[in-house]
Amino acid sequence: MNLLNISGSPHVHSDESTKKIMWRVNLALMPMLIVAIAYFGITALLISLISVASCVLFQWLIEKFILKVDTTIWDGSAIVTGLLLAFNVPATVDMMWIVVIGALVAIGVAKMAFGGLGKNPFNPAIVGRIFLLISFPVQMTTWPQVGGLFPMELLTDATSGATPLGIIKEQGVSAGLPQAWDLFIGHVGGSLGEVSALAILIGAIYLLWRRIISWHIPVAFIGTAFLFSGLLWLIDPTTYVDPVVTILTGGIMLGACFMATDMVTSPMSKVGQLIFGCGCGLLTIIIRNWGAYPEGVSFAILIMNCITPLLNRWCKPKRFAV
Amino acid sequence: MTQQILIAVLVLGVIGACFAVLLYFVAQKFKVVEDPLIDEVSEVLPGANCGGCGKAGCRAFAEACVSQGNLDGLRCAPGGDAVAKKIAELLGCVVEQGEPMVAVVRCRPSFTGDKKRSNYDGMHSCAFANSLYTGESGCPFGCLGCGDCVAACQFDAIHMDPETHTPVVDEEKCTACGACAKACPRRIIELRNKGRLNRRVYVSCINKEKGAQARKTCENACIGCGKCEKVCPFDAVHVTDNVAYIDHTKCKACRKCVTECPTGAIVDVNFPAPAKKAEPAALPPAAPGATIEINKPAPEPVAATQKVTINEQN
Amino acid sequence: MKTFKMGGVHPEENKISNNAAIEIMPVPAQMVVLMNQHLGAPATPIVQKGDKVKVGQLIGEAQTFMCANVHSPVSGTVLKVDTCKDAFGLIKPAVYINVEGDEWMETIDRTPDIKRECNLEPKEIVAKLKEMGIVGLGGATFPAHIKYSIPEGKKAEYLIINAAECEPYLTSDYRVMLEHSEEICTGISILRKALGVPNAYIGIESNKPEAIRVMTDMARSFEGIIVEPLKVKYPQGAEKQLIQAVTGRRVPSGKLPIDVGCVVSNVGTTFAVYEAIQKNKPLIENILTVTGKRLPSQHNYIVRIGTTYNDIIRHSLGELPASTGKVISGGTMMGKAVANLDAPTVKGNASVLVMDENEARRNPETACIRCGKCMNACPMGLEPYLFSQLVKNNRTEEAKDHNILDCIECGCCFFSCPANKPLTDEIRLGKFRVRAMMAAKR
Repeated sequence: MNLLNISGSPHVHSDESTKKIMWRVNLALMPMLIVAIAYFGITALLISLISVASCVLFQWLIEKFILKVDTTIWDGSAIVTGLLLAFNVPATVDMMWIVVIGALVAIGVAKMAFGGLGKNPFNPAIVGRIFLLISFPVQMTTWPQVGGLFPMELLTDATSGATPLGIIKEQGVSAGLPQAWDLFIGHVGGSLGEVSALAILIGAIYLLWRRIISWHIPVAFIGTAFLFSGLLWLIDPTTYVDPVVTILTGGIMLGACFMATDMVTSPMSKVGQLIFGCGCGLLTIIIRNWGAYPEGVSFAILIMNCITPLLNRWCKPKRFAV
Repeated sequence: MTQQILIAVLVLGVIGACFAVLLYFVAQKFKVVEDPLIDEVSEVLPGANCGGCGKAGCRAFAEACVSQGNLDGLRCAPGGDAVAKKIAELLGCVVEQGEPMVAVVRCRPSFTGDKKRSNYDGMHSCAFANSLYTGESGCPFGCLGCGDCVAACQFDAIHMDPETHTPVVDEEKCTACGACAKACPRRIIELRNKGRLNRRVYVSCINKEKGAQARKTCENACIGCGKCEKVCPFDAVHVTDNVAYIDHTKCKACRKCVTECPTGAIVDVNFPAPAKKAEPAALPPAAPGATIEINKPAPEPVAATQKVTINEQN
Repeated sequence: MKTFKMGGVHPEENKISNNAAIEIMPVPAQMVVLMNQHLGAPATPIVQKGDKVKVGQLIGEAQTFMCANVHSPVSGTVLKVDTCKDAFGLIKPAVYINVEGDEWMETIDRTPDIKRECNLEPKEIVAKLKEMGIVGLGGATFPAHIKYSIPEGKKAEYLIINAAECEPYLTSDYRVMLEHSEEICTGISILRKALGVPNAYIGIESNKPEAIRVMTDMARSFEGIIVEPLKVKYPQGAEKQLIQAVTGRRVPSGKLPIDVGCVVSNVGTTFAVYEAIQKNKPLIENILTVTGKRLPSQHNYIVRIGTTYNDIIRHSLGELPASTGKVISGGTMMGKAVANLDAPTVKGNASVLVMDENEARRNPETACIRCGKCMNACPMGLEPYLFSQLVKNNRTEEAKDHNILDCIECGCCFFSCPANKPLTDEIRLGKFRVRAMMAAKR
């Protein structure tokens, strides 16, 4: 007979694991990857692969040679970071090497330097993206001209096809903006992952069903952005953008559903999550309208990441019978 | 241009001055007047914050020393007599010399490692395992093997033996601060006199079960037979609650009890030859420290630097 | 359907021994009766070596307030009064009895007739419960006479019968409800009288429709017994959660149920109360489930208290399957892992649950990803992840300030933790430390 195992209760487990959560997030990111490949073709696929591969490689190297611990690349968290980083860059040939630098910053600086998964205060993919945006402003805001579906050649004529947000920033709202429906299904320029709100919603619904994310952050984020931009639009429709277009353009959907909901860097209590989401929404609209950059989602989430520990401290769960 | 520079310099200068004044007043308001002697005493302390003195840390110990004005009841175990002397000089008092002590692990379980009786699968903490059950060895008094003592040691002086899953004290590094003894939920670790030439005799068991039951629990258990008590010429050994205890202040390390013990529960360390022919006075002096020698062919060395042999006559 | 408001989880129910009728386990040849089978001080043995005892005879007397009487579960000769290792290997005082025949005390009514009338006064009922050594059989084994003596200035308004049996695997309460519903309802009536409460509510989780039906039918012929079906959610059977589910009242931190006018009693206890009051039978038998996913057969037994785990296993299964990895006394969420199968069972043991090697081992711990699942699962609204950090860093004072003592140790946090952190273990350790700290301050 075997030796009897002894442990404190409980003696069963829900079978949830960090690994399962991470791989499910990866699965939820797949619709976006498919849409990205549909619009930007082989370029998008290559950028994603390079980004994922370099994230995993950097994590392995750091764990093996610097931290000297058992590798955790199989928990899938580096792949999530790699995919999200790739989804935050334009589908141009230049990105194939630039994204490697982004991966190094995301994994090396934003994640492993703090001790690895679970200990990073900022979302690694966002830190990587912001680093690239500041270091390579031209490449990061040059969007490819997209032809038909599934283009097989590499997109080299990366000159025009500005994103709706770029158009607004430079020419004002009077310029010809795409229709909301086009924005919803993704028939516009933009970063890999943020073109189609539909694909993002499919992934988000999957995550909600699997209870990996809760509705609080996405709803608070998008809701606040919608209300705040709607208010501005009501005040002056000639200066400010239509709220529907606002939430469908740029990274709001991707950010709200996948980046802000990152478990490690978002608050744990429901109230904290609502505050966190509202803060993200407000900051995004503020940066978009009055900041130097056309897009503010990454900065907004990064700023809110800073106050996550505070939110965890302030927003305690409601105790029983108090 | 010059004017602009001037304005900038002036503005910043004024701001700086304002803050300086502010800081000065804040510093005055929150100033803590402290006896400079506390700093001096803190200087001579080892600074490990081990808590062996019973205070929250070295600073608290220094405060206690200064406020008391002497060293009665206060002792820094890691610093030992050298530090005590220095503090006494600072305080202008006299201090009694203490006997050097060392932590001793009073358990040698026979049912651990490959022979363990159950498989502990819970939180890695002796204190918690102790609340659940007897531990892997099956002894309700024995070592639980999760290493709370190792975690408590600030001097890297206690380590788990990978084979027996019991702690081993590094005599060189041990400062007798007592942190491990406090951390052990079963009070297995005890501070004992280091002994002349580091030679010590102690009962390495605290099992209070009755003889037969204790033997069933562990092959190395003290069965409380009392032979050691009878043979001791110095009245140092006593059996209470079915377990023998050697008073380290009375023990003269003659090792009569070691030869008499039927289970090998009484252990002698750092003696050069087996206890059988023991004539302590005639023994050549052994190098103190580094090597612990307990005499018996098996089991083999515990750690690379320590040769452990145990004397067992049944 | 009613349930408690906050947190909770839904572990796999595994009520596989549901259909096994209660059997009677034969009496072993030698019996070891532990003297502390209850919360509190051990009883003092009042027999000596060589004494003849009968079934139901008092052998251990409660001499302090927080203590319960212990009766002989068998007849025979006392071999010795000594110590014995309990299921966890810890040494406890015990009486060893060599079994000879099965001679019961004459006072015990062994007829199968059901007696509904009880003419005792409330005070007499409580005194008799004390005499018969009744303890709460829900797990805590709290001496019953203390629970049913309402302190001065307080008034019981609700009697809640805990028949939730929210623990996975356990079916003993369920079987008792099916087979002894009339006795249970009589027991409840007796307790109602003892406490002077108008109504008693039986909380049953909706995964036991048969029990709800049987109990509802039976309750019709009694006065003031109401069956309350509850939504299936763990830990429904925890005292504070059950009170909230049934009455909507909430027991504040550090208070007892009686502070909000409630008394909670396990359904198994009411059966024991019936037998003690109406049949003069002390608590000498347990109803326990022998179950496990890999076992060839599932059983529910009436077992004399003191029968060893090995005796039970030998009788029901022959021997343990080779792949056994863990034996648990109680359910999988709050039960205790047994280390010593030679140990005698004690009052309140509800099951012998045999787990397979592959389901018995915990998965390795990984890094906390701050997902907050532990917090959402906690039925007391606490922050298990925070306790984990505080306990690891020995920050006992802060753990106390974050109300670690409110924890009911239900295990929902560990159950839901994707990083497999032993949160419940850590919190328990934190609670020991906080209690030790408070005791030291006092």
